[in-house]
This record gives sequence, C-alpha cells and structure tokens, in this order.
Amino acid sequence: MTQVVPPILSVTPSRALVDEKFKVLVENLPPGCPVTVRSLHHSEDKDDWEAYGHYVSDHSGVVSVSEDLSYGGTYTGKEPMGLLWSMRPVPGSRPGLRLRKMNVCTPMLVTVSVHSGHEGFRDQAPLASVLTERWYMAPGIRRININEQGVQGTLFIPPGPGPFPGLLDMWGGGGGLLESRAALLASHGYVSLALDYLGFDQESENLEFKYFETAFNIIKDHPQVMPDRVGIFGLSLGSLVAVTLAAYSTIVKPCCIVCISCNHYYPARGSTVTSKFEGVTRQLSKARVNEDNQVIWKDVALEFITDPSNIAEVGRINCPTLLVNGCDDQNWPTVETAEDVARLMREAGKEHLLSRLAYPDTGHLIEPPFSPHFRATTFVMRSSKEKVILLWGGQTKPHSDAQEDSWRKILSFLQFHLYCSPNLKAKI
Amino acid sequence: MDRKQCCVKLSVQPSRGLMDEKFIVLVQNALPGSQLTIRALHQCEDGHSWEAFGHYTADTTGTINLSEDPSIRGTYSGVEQMGLLWSLRPIPGSKPGLRMRKKNIQTPMEVTISVYQGHQTEGFADLVPLSGVVVERWYMAPGVRGFQLQKVDSPQPFFLPLGPGPFPGLLDLYGLGGQLVEYRAALLASHGFASMAIDYVNSKFTIETGKMVDSQYFETAYRVLQQHPQVCKSRIAMIGFSFGTSITLKMAIYSEIIKLSAAVCISGSHVQPVDGSVEEILRFSYKNAGKTRFSEKDEKIWRDQLLPIPTDPSLKADVGRLQCPLLLLVGEDDQSCPAQESALDIKEMMAQAGNSHLLTVLSYPNAGHLIEPPYTPHTRSSNFRTTGMPEKVMYLWGGQTVEHSRAQEDAWKKILVFLRENLYGGRNPTLFSHL
Repeated sequence: MTQVVPPILSVTPSRALVDEKFKVLVENLPPGCPVTVRSLHHSEDKDDWEAYGHYVSDHSGVVSVSEDLSYGGTYTGKEPMGLLWSMRPVPGSRPGLRLRKMNVCTPMLVTVSVHSGHEGFRDQAPLASVLTERWYMAPGIRRININEQGVQGTLFIPPGPGPFPGLLDMWGGGGGLLESRAALLASHGYVSLALDYLGFDQESENLEFKYFETAFNIIKDHPQVMPDRVGIFGLSLGSLVAVTLAAYSTIVKPCCIVCISCNHYYPARGSTVTSKFEGVTRQLSKARVNEDNQVIWKDVALEFITDPSNIAEVGRINCPTLLVNGCDDQNWPTVETAEDVARLMREAGKEHLLSRLAYPDTGHLIEPPFSPHFRATTFVMRSSKEKVILLWGGQTKPHSDAQEDSWRKILSFLQFHLYCSPNLKAKI
Repeated sequence: MDRKQCCVKLSVQPSRGLMDEKFIVLVQNALPGSQLTIRALHQCEDGHSWEAFGHYTADTTGTINLSEDPSIRGTYSGVEQMGLLWSLRPIPGSKPGLRMRKKNIQTPMEVTISVYQGHQTEGFADLVPLSGVVVERWYMAPGVRGFQLQKVDSPQPFFLPLGPGPFPGLLDLYGLGGQLVEYRAALLASHGFASMAIDYVNSKFTIETGKMVDSQYFETAYRVLQQHPQVCKSRIAMIGFSFGTSITLKMAIYSEIIKLSAAVCISGSHVQPVDGSVEEILRFSYKNAGKTRFSEKDEKIWRDQLLPIPTDPSLKADVGRLQCPLLLLVGEDDQSCPAQESALDIKEMMAQAGNSHLLTVLSYPNAGHLIEPPYTPHTRSSNFRTTGMPEKVMYLWGGQTVEHSRAQEDAWKKILVFLRENLYGGRNPTLFSHL
C-alpha cells in the first residue's frame, strides 16, 4: 500500500445544533489540486442524501469551504453551509423523498469527505472523512410525552430554573407528530409543545377549538412557564390554528403568533379543524397536475379563499403576528393570503401588530436553516390514503436563503415579544 | 422577584465541544448595569463537585460576553473566555488533594453554567439562578473509534480517527500514578492521529512479578501500531509525560526497533542510567529518596531527587544521538521533576553533538508539573500513590493557576502544530523553497 499521508479534513464545531454554522477545512493537499468535498447522510428512512462541491486548493494546500468558491456540484459559489442545504437523495433513490428527523434525542449524522478530482469523484475511495453531529436538542433539555386531558404531543423544557416563555408548535396537514422544531425552539429557551393534532385515529370531533385551547393551557399552567408569555407557532395548516385561536378564542390569549405559509381558510360549515380540512381535500382532488405528475393545490385553493365567508376574521387578532411565506408557493396561495391578512388587519386598525416576510423563489415548506429543500414530495391524502406527489415550489438556493433569514428573524421576533419587556424597547 | 430579571438569557456556544475548543458564554437581556455572577458546576466521576465563578456587570444593552468583558473577581478575574473551566476547583468543604481526571472518555464532561443575581461568592446550592444551561465537553470527536488492540501483553486502548487513513501513529505514555488515563490519546485521535495509550504500570507482567516492563514491551506496542492497516508505518511519534519522558527518550535513542518521526516530552528528565532497563531507571530516581523535601503544608517535593544534573554521561540519556525532532515542554515551577534544569542540560548536550536543530524547548514560567490538555483545572498538589509505594501521600506539583492554565493552552497548540508538521507535513519541501 502506498504510504501517502492523507489530507487533513476538519469540521468545526464537530457537534452543533442544526441551526448553527460550521467551518469545513481541508489542509495538507498538494497546491492547485482539484478536489470534491462531499456530505453524506443516511436517513432514518434508510435513504442516502448527499451534497457536494468542486474546489481547487490554494498554494498552501488548503480548501476552505467557508471562504472558497465551489465551481460546481449541488451548489456553486461561496457557500459555507452548502453541504447541508443542497443535499438531495443520491442518484437512483426512490422519488418524492422528504427528509425529516423523527427521533430528536439523537443527532443527525453527516459524514463529510474529500475526494480527488471533480468528474467521476465517486469512483474512488475518499481521501479523508470526518463525522459531524447536528442536534435538535441542546444538552440538558428534557423531553416529556404529553397525554393528558385528551391532548397528545411532546413537551420540551430547557435546562435551568425558568420560568420560561412557552410556545405551542404545530406542523401542517401532513399529519404525524414532528418534534424537530419544538426541540430546537426549546434549545433557544422556550418551553415548547409539539402538538399532535392530525395523526391519531380519534374522531375528528375532538379536534375543535377545545383541543387546542387545552393544549395551550397545558403550557400556560406549567410551573416553569410564564403564563402571560405563551405564543403559537404554526406552519401551513398549523398556522390556520394559530390565527383562529388568536382571532376567536375566548379562553386563550397568545402573547404572539408566528405563521409560516399562512392559511386562513375557515369556512363556516364544519365545526372542527379536521372537518374543515376534509372539505378542502375533497375539493383539492380537482387540482391541476403538471407534466411531471406533480399536484398543484394553489390554484384550486385560491378559488376558495376569494369568498370572504370562507376566511377567518383575522381583524380580530390582538397580538403581534409574524407572517412568513414563499412567493413561489405552489401548494397554497400564501402570497394572496398574506396580502389578505394584511388588508383585513389594516381595516381593523391592527396593522401595527403585523410583520411580514415574503421570500422570492421560495416554496411552501419553510423549515429551520440548512434543511434540504424539497420542491415536490410524496404525500398521503388523509381521506383517500392515496399517494400523490405534491408540488411545494421554490428553487433550492433562494429557498435555503429564505430558511436561514426567516429563522433568524423568527427567533428575534420571539425574543422581542416573549423575552424582552416591550417597555424597554422604542417602538419604531 | 423582579419580572424583568427573570428573562435573562444565557447561552454557551458551542454547547457541545471538544475539550480543547473554546466556547463563548453570553448573557443577554439583563438589566443594564446589573451585577451578576456566572458560575460553572461540574460533578466528576468520583462524585466530587467542582465550581468556578466570575463577577460581572451587564453593559448598557444588558449584555455580558465572556470573551470581551472582564470578571471583577471570583475564581478568575479579567477577560477570561475559558475561565469557567480552567479555574474550576473543589467546592468548599471538599476533602483536600483532589485532582480531576476523566476515566470514561466515551461520555462527555457535563458542566452546568448558571447566572445568579448579584455578586455571590458562596452558598450557591441555596440560591436559585436566573438561568442555567448544560454544556458538554468531549475528549472524543464524533466518528473516532476507541477499542483495544489485543496483541500485546495486555490490551491497549487505541483510538482511530474516522476515514480511510492511513494515519500517522502515536504512542502515548503517561506518568507513574495509578490507573491508565486515555483522555490525551482520545483527544489526539480527534485531531487525526491513530493513538495508542500505553499502560506500562498495570501490565500483566508487572502485576505478576512486581517488576517494570522492559524495552520489548514498548517495541511490541510500536510494532502492533505499525502493523495496523490504517496506520502509516513510517510516521509514528511518541509522547511521554513525566516518567513517560524517560521511556520516550530511551526508546527514541537506544531502541533498534523503534524509529520515531518525532518525540514530545512533557515535564520530564533525561537523567537516567544510560541504556538501563526501565526497572533500573525507576529505581535510580528512588535511590535519592533521602533528598525528598517537604513544603510547609507537608507536601512531598520530589524534584531534588535527580539533582544536581550529573556530569557523568553514563547517567544521562545520550540526547546527542537523537535523530528525530524533539519537543520539550517544561514548567519552570515544576516541584516534582527538575524539568527546567534537564532541558538546559539537554540543550547543551545537543549543541555539543551538533543536533540541536532537532530541539525545541517551550519553558513556561510559573507552570507546574501537570501540564495537561487545555482548560483542565490546575492542580498544585494532590494525593498520589506512585508505583511501588504503599500509600497515598500529598505531592506538590507546583504552578500558579493563571500562568499554568495559559501554559496548558499554549503547549497544546504547539504540540499539535509540531505533530502535524512532523507527521503530516512535507510532501515535497523543495516546492516551497522559493517562498
């Protein structure tokens, strides 16, 4: 065996939270040497995801992913985190995959390696590899299963005495319980409840307002939570819950709400979230399918929400509200929804409560930073159990930039309203 | 309770780091100008609690950043980004002579960092902090594999970085005290070296015969390391601490089998019977037991046993014959070993022999004997039982905490650069000769 000493590859920090940046450095290469830096992740669903960039070392034999340009690969240009956000299933994978971490107690493991050359880099073994851990849970966070008063979910409590502000966290209509964002919010100092509201087999009658109000109060009444500092965080259908609770509930008063890819469709008929949603999905079966066999819900949904009797009365919201949406959202007319919410709140004299972030070329699934972008993924229709490919929209680079920018702004919005005392800050 | 002060936010980044990585401790949202205490608490494996703290004043934005703001007083003062770790000491009321050494390096050291209202100096257990976070400090980077290499007398802990390799190899030798420690080998593997921690004190041979192992033991370890498919045969170094230095020098100079690319000697001496067996080298230093002094606190001071540095060449390892680069690390306040005097003599011997270009000496004022990886709490004296001695006695190691801690930080950086240069570098040095 040739005893050639390999290059030195490092990822710093080697263990980090999923929203923290890292520095990938390759040293000890020959000068001016073409190499490919590649990341590989074996998901819980047993699929392989990868990203890679083509680089050329400088004359001290160094490639710095944070400082150098990638000349090609799954990302180009100066992209310190490109090895994460540009990940996609390896060639030959089944189509329509989505990457989600279900077990947040363990880290996402990513192997970063450096290979010789650009074209055909996969043909040889890597020159060096390192493993990096990406965590949703900071050390010391407690994870507690909640199954009380009919409410199901998972509660995450930061370390320390508290008391802490609280957050009710809800994902979208895909169902199931996703804990990743709630765990990450707890890592930023919020007692967070990831609420399971579509994934279980109970009768949909249970999922009227009362369910969400009870969930909210479980947080509010927790001994380590500041009762007047509990907010709501929702994505897609979850944001519908957020706006309707804020607008209509007489029981709970959220301190602030964050709505990603906002949905304000709230027809009068149907008494529960799920029955309203069922109505929608029946109509969405008429949705357009494009030439790639991807289902586009946006246009059909646009028809529903143009009828004012189908809209939640968002003018009744009395708390600070942050709307985040992508302008290339193909799943829901969130651009029009955001405009509509702004108009209604303005008409009700509540404009000062609203902040909006709208990102060009960004799709529906706006997730925490450095998560891979999915333009379209398989989705199981709740009613028919039919598997379709839903088009979410967005182009990878702008969508990833949006995820990074929006997360930072969401965190500062939450910090402002849930941590700081408003009296100390000047109103702009 | 003041509601606003309840919302103080404390964060430490990274929350999971390697033992030699720096972190940034940040307090935000405090009342501007308020007095706060930041405290670290660690419970080590033997159940003892260690703490460190600093007194701070929040600035006009209500922020304290430990990498920029000074601690006014506490277990450390001034701008000390890592003070909460290196100034850790046993909590009041602990038994004396404690030393922090991690045995299980598969799990992290957990430190709870909290912020308290006011400038507190004691009674923390009875106070409720405003905020607290947990920080993990790891000796092993993700992907580093630790296992036992079976082919020597006793299985030796071996740490292999992730990746195809081949990696340069390292033989890691600690000093004479008690159980084997693996943490330095694990940390070095986290920096790309295939590291074997050699337990030469508790080998099967020693347990059965009561005698020290000899050269063959280390040569076998070297061979085993060389033969590992992911180790670079021609790039192996040895790192020895305290008595481990004596063995390192003996092997580097006299062994026909061991050919080192580099050697690192920490807090050690070259005074030993030339080509004596390891047993003889050990007995030699005990020969002068009568020269042991005691401090005013009744701590054993060992450093005089090898003094004065002999002029008789048969009593010193012949460093003039060294053929590999040597890095010597010396604490000038070392009370256990005359490392500084030895280093000066080594320098002279190598200058006379014409190989002093191989030598680098790093000499640290007010640093003691126990030069450990960075941010390890400084131990000026501790209860220690050495090989062949029946009981534990208090030994004085020396060093002043602030300077010793700075020395550990600097020494580690320089050790890593030295190992990198000599084990990873120089594919073709002439390529750079015009630069």
